[in-house]
Amino acid sequence: MLKNRIIPCLDVKNGRVVKGINFIDLKDAGDPVEQAKIYSDSGADEICFLDITASNENRETIYEVVEKTSKKCFVPLTVGGGVRSIEDINKLLNCGADKVSINTAAVQNSKVVVDSSKKFGSQCIVVAIDAKQNGKNWEIFTHGGRNNTGIDAIEYAKKMEECGAGELLVTSMDRDGTQVGYDIELMSKISSKVNIPVIASGGVGNLDHLVEGIKLGKASAVLAASIFHYGKHSIKEAKEYLDSKGIPVRI
Amino acid sequence: MNVTIVDYKSGNISSVINSFKEVAQNKVKIEVTSDLNKIKLSDKVVLPGQGSFKSCTDALNRISGLVETINDFAINSKKPILGICVGLQMFADVGYEETETKGLGWIPGKVIKIDNQNGKYKLPHIGWNEINIMKDSKILKDIDDKSHMYFVHSYEFIPNDKNTISATTNYSSNHVCAVEKENIFGTQFHPEKSDKIGLKIIGNFINL
Repeated sequence: MLKNRIIPCLDVKNGRVVKGINFIDLKDAGDPVEQAKIYSDSGADEICFLDITASNENRETIYEVVEKTSKKCFVPLTVGGGVRSIEDINKLLNCGADKVSINTAAVQNSKVVVDSSKKFGSQCIVVAIDAKQNGKNWEIFTHGGRNNTGIDAIEYAKKMEECGAGELLVTSMDRDGTQVGYDIELMSKISSKVNIPVIASGGVGNLDHLVEGIKLGKASAVLAASIFHYGKHSIKEAKEYLDSKGIPVRI
Repeated sequence: MNVTIVDYKSGNISSVINSFKEVAQNKVKIEVTSDLNKIKLSDKVVLPGQGSFKSCTDALNRISGLVETINDFAINSKKPILGICVGLQMFADVGYEETETKGLGWIPGKVIKIDNQNGKYKLPHIGWNEINIMKDSKILKDIDDKSHMYFVHSYEFIPNDKNTISATTNYSSNHVCAVEKENIFGTQFHPEKSDKIGLKIIGNFINL
């Protein structure tokens, strides 16, 4: 039986982890390689890096991080943030990323998704959708949630599947950082609309939220950042909790 | 001893390279090449594969003499070869992804799309799934039945001879996830992404 995945996400800026695990025995708390290794050793099903480097001159730092991590972690590694072109994707994959998530560039030009999934295979193309509720609908936001495009998120999700995305990483901008739980309605609407796996993101504050994301949101995988940081919950605890709620996980 | 990972310019093979180097450390030489002579002289060959059945077979055929060389390696010299994902699928006679495409024909059978039962099962089959070990297999030595492996695929290999199947996994139905026929080995899952247990399979292959 296919297991639901738990994916810890690390925000990386200028090659350093911004938040992250705060273990006493960590030699260098800002080192993304070391943090990713801790996650994979404790049973993370995948690792996700979100590059939030603002300046262009420091964008090269992520490649070095990916290269080092892929030599130490032998679970899938997804990298997103600032991915603009086929060339960016090629570079990340060559450094050892297994999947690349595309956000703003996919909204601006869906051809990037068509071309990259043809060139590299759908299995490594994740489209990241940042959505915010507006009345009864959800709209797509780009540029880290700053710009509203007015595009309907559910329709867009379907379109991205048709363009060749292998997975969708859906983040609720209303919930991101609030720790009040995923936007279940958004997740389940998108998951029911498409035939590719959906990764739920944005708003996790406790382990019950992970359960809801899978059971009610119908997500194949749940992504979380802050609950795994600072040792609030370990991946192992999360998996045992999901298991106790009848959700199939890899233990 | 040396192990060659065939680099035929199709898809991303960095994870395969990293995992083999990690397992081999400095004891076994890991070569990454499409050089026909180097392949001929290798003790073992790894045939990775990402993308579609068609894009992978096209890429193999684009390198002049490559198909003949690996054919000779696997069929005449009978040296160990490991196919991963589409690398395994290409062992079949024929694949039906994009269009009907001829495979290497080492293990008679076909590659077809997984039945998603009218959308009940999402495709690709992505994530960790348990394997059911069907027979004693050299590369699955000391691997427990029901171990978790990482999968990413939408197509499955259906061999004519069920005795070639060394493991299956269940998604929509039971499908083949590992094969073994004499010196020819294949995994539909990605041992290079299947954590320590996957590295063990790579170790088993290197130590054959």
